[in-house]
Amino acid sequence: MHLIGELSAVLATALFIFALYWMNDPKTARRGVIAGVTGMTVAVLATWIQPEIIHHAWIVGAIVLGFAVGVPLSRVPLTAVPQRTALSHAFGGLAAGLVGTAEYFLWLGGPATAAVQLTPFRMSALVAEVILGFLTFTGSLMAAGKLQEVRWIPQRPVTYPGQNVVNIGVLALAVALGVLLVLHPDASWAGQAFLGIAGLALLFGVLLIIPIGGADMPTVISILNAYAGLAAVAMGFVLNNKLLVTAGALDGSSGLILSIIMCRAMNRSFTNVLFGAFGKAQPALAAGEQKEWKQETVEGAAQLLEQARSVVIIPGYGMAVAQAQHKVRELYDALTKRGVTVKFAIHPVAGRMPGHMNVLLAEANIPYSALVEMDEINPEMPQTDVALVVGANDVVNPAARYNKGTPIYGMPIIDADKAKTVLAVKRSKNPGFAGIDNELYVQDNTWMLFGDAKAVLGDLVKQFGSGGIH
Amino acid sequence: MTDFGSMVFVFVLATFIGLGVIRRVSRLLYTPLMSLTNAISAIAVVGSIVVTGADHPLTIRILGAVALFASMTNIVSGFMITDRMLKMFKKQ
Repeated sequence: MHLIGELSAVLATALFIFALYWMNDPKTARRGVIAGVTGMTVAVLATWIQPEIIHHAWIVGAIVLGFAVGVPLSRVPLTAVPQRTALSHAFGGLAAGLVGTAEYFLWLGGPATAAVQLTPFRMSALVAEVILGFLTFTGSLMAAGKLQEVRWIPQRPVTYPGQNVVNIGVLALAVALGVLLVLHPDASWAGQAFLGIAGLALLFGVLLIIPIGGADMPTVISILNAYAGLAAVAMGFVLNNKLLVTAGALDGSSGLILSIIMCRAMNRSFTNVLFGAFGKAQPALAAGEQKEWKQETVEGAAQLLEQARSVVIIPGYGMAVAQAQHKVRELYDALTKRGVTVKFAIHPVAGRMPGHMNVLLAEANIPYSALVEMDEINPEMPQTDVALVVGANDVVNPAARYNKGTPIYGMPIIDADKAKTVLAVKRSKNPGFAGIDNELYVQDNTWMLFGDAKAVLGDLVKQFGSGGIH
Repeated sequence: MTDFGSMVFVFVLATFIGLGVIRRVSRLLYTPLMSLTNAISAIAVVGSIVVTGADHPLTIRILGAVALFASMTNIVSGFMITDRMLKMFKKQ
């Protein structure tokens, strides 16, 4: 029996590694899902057939409920994928926290021999598991709520004086209680102390996320991803289960790499994202510098696009909000049919999670060969006839290059401003999520198209279809 | 001490493999990557099954069942939505 467990753990680990390896190319990626499902099935069955498992009805019940909730959750519209992802981090954190709690009280209430197993190493891992698990749970729930725009969760960052002191204080208190528990795992107050740690971790998760704004969500989701993985690793240490450690480490390293990529794409550090309260409204440009927008008609914009040889479309979160990706595709079709070269410039933090724009455009049937990363498209921008900005804002703001006063200073941007002509579709005349004025919009070669992205692009496409332009 | 040593050993090696493999993941696929790793890290299901199914007190088993439900939800929705997204990526 032990042998089956060990072998299945090796097999499942190998399958998980292959699953991630095959993600290096969209052509092989679906194989990765099959490998992952197989690995998971092996792991579940190998655990289930152990003789100590006797309450089968409970397991079946929980699994059936998991399917009942999981299947609908996998069918959400792709614009809602960021909040689904956050929600699943919350579930992952919850599972780790609950298993840790259950394990601890089993040891505490068990026979004296059980307490012997509570080595300082395991007890430390248990504390880490519960802190990481529960803070990931509430933190991810808050993130999901913000992304879903739940009414009673403030969208804009909430800050107050001394916030970081309070946050770090809460975490430090939980860690201090944890250290005490490691030193005295079976003291008379141990049970209460343990629950105290759990409560503080739950509170810390909420406090950690309330000062974070929407533009930071790609980074925050990645960091929570890493936490969920690390919680699984800690659970592996507690249960002396190598499969938990390897699978958790794979998840944790994925979250870590994505976090680093997201931070680099915003020119910020982890601590700055978590404790910097990005996204507060900044004072506008000095009054003397205020320039006026120039508005363009749909007919004029269509003519510009029609006469162009190369067009680069720069999508942003606004495209997702307006559900405009299908209209973008129609425009892409209309232009390519007329011999215009159309590419998409994808900024790493465009949208609300890593890769968000790619998925939305793929959903609209835009071939992935047309999706170009920021670093590859920027050298082409000066030769581009028209840059069409659809719902992107901060990622095309030239102020990031030189204006030290803006919070996006130093962030790499897509050089939309270097194109010969810029067309920007924007919902309203208000500043973007980060609350910063965008200098791109008042440039001499920029023309604005105000309105809902879906409606504006629909009108544009009509110009091509109805014979308005030949 | 031995389980401490070997577990940390496994963790370090797995992390290095993870970093090596993830670094090569196509930038197009970061969103499905995240839902795939979500599903994989729901391996916590293994711990949940033991807590739920073994002969433990009722409260412990209830905690386990909730954890099992949460993990299972992640496994099902994670793999399914990953596949749904990957199906959409077409070269031409």
